[in-house]
This record gives sequence, C-alpha cells and structure tokens, in this order.
Amino acid sequence: MIEVQNVSLTLDNSPVLRDVSLTLSERRIAILGSNGSGKSTFARLLNGLRLPTEGRVLVDGLDTAKHGRDIRKKVGFVFQNPDNQIVFPIVEEDVAFGLKNLGLPAQDRARLAEEVLGRYGLLSRRGQSSHVLSGGQKQLLAIAGVLVMDPEYVVLDEPTTLLDLRNKLKIANAIEALEQTAIVVTHDLDLVSKFDRAIVFEEGRVLVDDQPDRATVRYIKAMQDA
Amino acid sequence: MNTKDIVLIALFAALMAALGVVPQITLPLGVPITAQSMGVMLAGALLGAKRGGLAIALFLGLVALGLPLLAGGRGGAGVFFGASGGFLIGFVVGAFVIGLLFDRHKTQPAFLLSLIYILVGGIGVVYLFGVPWLAQIAELSLGQALVGSAAFLPGDCVKAVLTALIAREVRKAIPTL
Amino acid sequence: MLDLYVARDSPLHALAPGWKILALAIVCSVLFAIDHIALSLGALCGTLVLYRVARLSVAMAWQQVRPAWWIFGLIFVAQLVFNSWLIGLFVILRFAVLLMLAGLLTLTTKSSDMIDGIEAGLTPLRRFGFRTEGISLAISLTLRFIPVLTQVVQEVREAQNTRGLERNPFAIAIPSIVRTIKISEEISDAIDARGF
Repeated sequence: MIEVQNVSLTLDNSPVLRDVSLTLSERRIAILGSNGSGKSTFARLLNGLRLPTEGRVLVDGLDTAKHGRDIRKKVGFVFQNPDNQIVFPIVEEDVAFGLKNLGLPAQDRARLAEEVLGRYGLLSRRGQSSHVLSGGQKQLLAIAGVLVMDPEYVVLDEPTTLLDLRNKLKIANAIEALEQTAIVVTHDLDLVSKFDRAIVFEEGRVLVDDQPDRATVRYIKAMQDA
Repeated sequence: MNTKDIVLIALFAALMAALGVVPQITLPLGVPITAQSMGVMLAGALLGAKRGGLAIALFLGLVALGLPLLAGGRGGAGVFFGASGGFLIGFVVGAFVIGLLFDRHKTQPAFLLSLIYILVGGIGVVYLFGVPWLAQIAELSLGQALVGSAAFLPGDCVKAVLTALIAREVRKAIPTL
Repeated sequence: MLDLYVARDSPLHALAPGWKILALAIVCSVLFAIDHIALSLGALCGTLVLYRVARLSVAMAWQQVRPAWWIFGLIFVAQLVFNSWLIGLFVILRFAVLLMLAGLLTLTTKSSDMIDGIEAGLTPLRRFGFRTEGISLAISLTLRFIPVLTQVVQEVREAQNTRGLERNPFAIAIPSIVRTIKISEEISDAIDARGF
C-alpha cells in the first residue's frame, strides 16, 4: 500500500502539487490529466525520485524521504522515453544493471537477465546494441530492466505515448500480465479501461477519483467545459 | 559527486567522441585541424573544473583502452606516445583550468572575460603541455616545437570564440547546470 | 562494440592486460632513458618479433605507424636542418617502436577486458570510500551516449533545415547541447530509479 499524506510540492517557486492525499492499494491504478497537471511529478513521488515539499509519502509504511534505497527496490519506475532510460550500450548489460545495484553475483545476474529477456521476446537481441532496437523493443527493454529487479510496485510514466498502435498493444499486454501492483500515468484512455481505479489530476489537485469508465466520462466533460 | 554529475561527465566525454567525426580540415603539409579541442573548451566552460576535467580524462581513458575515438578514427595507447601526446594530456588540465576560472563566478562571467578564460585554459595550458612534449619526443628545441605547433593557433582561436558564444547561450538556457 | 581489437589465438592475447600495460610502460621508459640508436634498432626487431608471436602481420605493425607519417616527415626535416640526419633517423625509429608497441597492446586486448581490468585494479580504492562503480557506469554511459548524440544532432539539423539554418554552427550546436543535457537529467533519474 502506498499512502500519500497531505503532499504539496513546489518546483522553482511554482506549486506543482497542492495538498494531495491518496491511499493506493488497488492492483491497477490509472493516473490521468492534461499536460502540466502534476501527474508525472506525482508518479515520481511514489518511488522517491522527487520528495514532497510538505507532507509525506509512505510505501508499506516506509517514508520515501528517509528510506530512498529501500523504496527504489520496492517501487520500479518505467519512463516515458525508453531512450532516456536505457543506460547501457548492450541489451543484456542494461538488464543486468539493476541487478548489479542489488548486489547480485554475476551468475545470478546472467540467469535472471536471460529469463526476463525471454519473457519479453528480446532474447535474440541480448548481445546487440540497445540503440538499434525499435521503439517498441526499447520500451519492452526498459520494462524488462525494471521488472528483473522484482519490485512490488511498478510505476509507468506514459509508457505508450511515443509508440505506434502495434507496439501500444504489446505494451498494454505486458502491463496486463504484470503480477505487481501497477500505477500507470497515461493519456491513453483505452489502455486503462479495465483498470480498478482512475485518478484525474488538474492543476496539482485530484479532480476525479473513480472507476475508469466513470472517471473518463467526467474527465472528458471537465476538459470540454474548460 | 551524485548520479547527475556522473551522467554529465559521460555526456561530455561522448561529445568529445562525437566531435571527432566532424570532418577535419587538413592544412597544407597534412596538419589536421579537428573540432575536438572545442569539446575541451566546452567541457570546462559548462561543467566547471572537476566535472570538466574528469569528462576529458574519461574520454582519453576510453581512447587509451583502444577505442578509435580521436579525430580520424585514431585510438589505442599509441596516441599518447605520439607527437600530440602532450596536447592530449594538456586537454585534461586545460578543461580543468577553464572550469576553475569559470567556477570563480556565481553567475555567468562577461563575454570578454569568458573568452579570455577559454583562451588561457584551452590554448595556453594545452600548449604548455603539448609543446615541451613535442620538443622532447622529436628532439627539437622548445622554440622549434612552438613554431611547429603555431599552425594550429588560428583555428584554436576561432574555436575559442565559438565556444564562448555557445557556452553563453547554453548557460542561459540551463542556469542550474 | 567499436574496438580496435583483432582476435587471434596467441600467448600475447591470453596475457592479462595489467602485465601488458606494465611491460609497455617499462620499455617506453627505458627507450627514453637510454638515448642510443642501437637500442632502438634492437627494440624495433623485438617489436616485430612480438607481432609474429601475436600472429599479427607486419602490415598491421605498419598500420600503427602510418597515420603519423606526416609528423615523421616534419621531424626528419627539422632534424636535418638543425642537427643531423642520424638524429632524425634515431628519433623516428624510437617513435615508430613506441607506436607499434602501444598498438600491439590495443590489438591484442579487448576493450571490455581492459575495463574489467581497470575496475579490478581500482577495487582497493573502495576502502577509502571511492565509489568505483561510478567509473564503470561512466564508461558504459559514454558508449551509450555516442549514438544518442549523433541522433540528436541529426534531428536538430533536420529541424533547422526547414528554416535554412542547417549550416549555421550555432543553430545546430546550441539546441543539440541543451537537449542532450536535458536528456541527461532524465537518464540520471532513471539510474537512481534502478537503485544505483
């Protein structure tokens, strides 16, 4: 369970989040909202990449401001642009990076990397340069690099925004197959239609918090009225 | 040194490598003029002493390890024993000195001052290492080696002016660098 | 990975990188400490023998020297004018030996083995609180960034092309650098997110 308690966050003197309180315990949670609504910053709060200016964020009772390293083991984070997430020049090396940080010996790293690359259909690419993969393969590699660390929660920040339809569907399937709790920031309303909960952000506040179908209707209406 | 510093160091080391593939102009007698010394100036002016010097050191480390990243696809331990070996070592110190001079200011130094800093570190310091090395390895006197290196001076001055202009705009765009 | 390594089955290839680096450093120091043409000539023969041992052709030894021919010429002319042709020959000979030997190290050692070797060599520093992982991370990131930079420059150039600015160095350099620095901020987040 992730608890966000009275969180406000100010960046360069402008408020990004204003007094947000939420308890996230569902298996699939969508975070919606227009550009600049604060939803990406909210996502970064959940694994301690950003820390609240006021209030606190607890992951299974651990404060993100105090237990940064433990939180990052618990909460994996997939970024919007896989090009900015893939750290290593070779596919296999990139997947092994997180495992190295966990302090796993080389043998285990190789075994786990092979397993996760197989799961995402990237095994034949293991020795290749990560730069030459297609956009969809890069995003799958980014997800693989996070999941190989076996986090309990996965936060995905607009994972399908830069992809074409075919790759969107691939990523949607990958998200659906996740055993973990997934929190997905997105503009893609189709992607989240079967989710358990949808939270809409607007100007740093929670505008709607409901079932996805009802939340999307209210979200669309609010955008039309504005 | 946090993760962001490491990433920026790697980025500027990569920038050095990328500048190595900018087509080089070859002067009569086959003296090559490359864009790479501009990478040294940019690293110092934008990253400061510590990160700038480390970025160039990292780049040269990769060259020494055998990656063909120097202009013209040169690489390997041999380049450090070549005639320009001293200039390569001077690159690291030059970037460091430029950074040191820029680090003295809390805000962006005036254009002319930053140009002087880049000239001092990017040309003065680099030649201070390069010329005696050339003299030593080629058994020439310092004066002879200096005359031999002077062919690069006009190009280096143009690069210093370009760097000062580019650094000013980049720092304006990203003041928190 | 882009690399100058040439795979062969030879004792020199099998030797640990540390020994090769040490041997190179010793030979170079000796060549500079003792200024004698006979020694340099002997070293040249020894070097060529080593190339045979490594199963590399003499042509490859020549390739190490070839890019420096113009500087050889300049040095020889300078020595001819100021000193004598004999000194010129000696300088060029010594120079050639250094380039060939250093090239031999590069040709017989994989870059990844050298990186591993360096990482292993740095481990004692950990006791003093150095984060040696940072060094191998920086090396990998640099190799990762090189194609990214080329791509960013290409994209910026295309964008400026539509405005007729594709030959203006500022219109290319400034947006490219600003963009890659912004990218590097997100990459740094991504590295932290994976528990570095």
